[in-house]
Amino acid sequence: MRRIAAITRNPLVVALFLTLAIAGCANKKTPNNAADLGLAGGAATPGSAQDFTVNVGDRIFFDTDSSVIRSDAQGILSRQAQWLNKYRQYAIVIEGHADERGTREYNIALGARRAAATRDFLAARGVAANRMKTISYGKERPVAVCDDISCWSQNRRAVTTLSGAGS
Amino acid sequence: MKCMKRFFRAMLTAAALAAGFGVAATLPARALVEIDVNKGNIEPLPIAITDFLASDQMGAEITSVIAADLKRSGLFAPIDKGAFIEKISNPDAAPRFEDWKVINAQALVTGRVTQEGDGRLRAEFRLWDTFAGEQLIGEQFFANKANSRRVAHIIADAIYERLTGEKGYFDTRVVYIDESGPKNQRKKRLAIMDQDGANVRYLSDGKAITLTPRFSPTRQEITYMSYESGQPRVYLLQIETGQRELVGNFPGMTFAPRFSPDGQKVIMSLMREDGNSNVYAMDLRSRSTTRLTESNSIDTSPSYSPDGGRVVFTSDRGGQPQIYVMGADGSGQTRISFGGGSYSTPVWSPRGDLIAFTKQSGGEFQIGVMKTDGSGERILSSGFQQEGPTWAPNGRYIMFFKEAAGSGGPRLYSIDLTGRNEQAIPTQNFASDPAWSPLLE
Repeated sequence: MRRIAAITRNPLVVALFLTLAIAGCANKKTPNNAADLGLAGGAATPGSAQDFTVNVGDRIFFDTDSSVIRSDAQGILSRQAQWLNKYRQYAIVIEGHADERGTREYNIALGARRAAATRDFLAARGVAANRMKTISYGKERPVAVCDDISCWSQNRRAVTTLSGAGS
Repeated sequence: MKCMKRFFRAMLTAAALAAGFGVAATLPARALVEIDVNKGNIEPLPIAITDFLASDQMGAEITSVIAADLKRSGLFAPIDKGAFIEKISNPDAAPRFEDWKVINAQALVTGRVTQEGDGRLRAEFRLWDTFAGEQLIGEQFFANKANSRRVAHIIADAIYERLTGEKGYFDTRVVYIDESGPKNQRKKRLAIMDQDGANVRYLSDGKAITLTPRFSPTRQEITYMSYESGQPRVYLLQIETGQRELVGNFPGMTFAPRFSPDGQKVIMSLMREDGNSNVYAMDLRSRSTTRLTESNSIDTSPSYSPDGGRVVFTSDRGGQPQIYVMGADGSGQTRISFGGGSYSTPVWSPRGDLIAFTKQSGGEFQIGVMKTDGSGERILSSGFQQEGPTWAPNGRYIMFFKEAAGSGGPRLYSIDLTGRNEQAIPTQNFASDPAWSPLLE
């Protein structure tokens, strides 16, 4: 019951499952399955990293070659800020990523700008700047691996990680 | 550095030839055979490359490396050995030119490999113009046996230079990123090889992501970006000693490094607190840093002109990535790319005349060249995903990396400036970010 609630309360996770089901690309791999999110193990303890990932949503997505925080991402980041302001024991690393449809050096810069935009949004919602660090992986760490837009749109992301726990 | 000292190069003088060749060898060569590399459509020159005389396989090995180099250039068509009529038994004597003319060998290469008393290899070769009936080159080299492939590349360069009038590019190396493992956890490590894919050596262990290596124009040194400290940062690496060094101590990430033509500076991008990136130059001796751009945008992939006076770079200050040129002090920043689509990874040709780039247009990636004012754009290669051009030291060839849809990873390719001669460079694993060295010395 709790598991279902957790999934459906997070539109992001639902969207990822739908994308996987519909696109059905070969070789697609994404960590956003139930086991990786800790869903198989049962309810997340409030205030745990698992709670953050499952119940708040640890990532937002961007449009092509853009670091503008989309309206769907603003809701997720607002929830992230609330949660982070409640559980202040965590240090935060925001990872910026780009899809494969750009050149390597430019995409490293683009990932950096996405991470900074995410950081600035969280800071504006009260998350202390000294808790947050950013890092860009450019296009070097895709989560979804295929050669079409269903994957590229998942790879244009910023992931908020706690205590250095990476995505 | 060490191997540079291992070569001793000497001319095979006319005196050595006198017995077999007489007067002609003492006259200045007036070759009939030559290749005009500026012609649009070049018919490859038929050339006969005979196995160098040797007591072991070394002669045939050296010959096959020379033939492969010349063939890959697109300018030469090595003739099948089965067609040869004369069997060269004395490489000091003039060949029977008629036997080579009849199989349309316009140029002929003969040679000999012997071992010196001290174990060194001695390679002698002669290049003949069969229709003029004269020797064009006669030279000999001494080298350690381990360097036999380098001897072959040096001979191929000498042939290329004599017949085209331009510097060769075969005695060079390529530093690149070796990619292994699944795409979402790919191991990316620094590797170096000869330009033809031989003699691969790994320069990093792959624990941290390592990207964008670039050769020093003056030393056996590369600059590259690595995540080994956690944040992406620019490093220097001495190839022979393995000694590494962080370039500068900046608060944010540094990336997209490249040397200045004199090897004294590294130019790179430095991320600002707001997430944008600007171009900086750092003097490697004084460690002083100069900011060259200050826009609220991404400024990256800087590359110096060969005279060091200007810098070409990528910026999205106009809304999408485009190519800009500025003075080496940051003055006069001017956009030069105006074709449809976005442009990035500009690299100034070592001849100074062209800028190679990656263009994204119509869902494709393209490798192309333009003049330094942005005019005369030509696309050399188009495909699903390709990027990262690097110039051969003679400015006639470009290497880049390319990934076909569904292929799982990138591979290295070279292409000449006509765009007609694209060649795969063999690597064991997937490979990206090639950077061509200057000619070795």
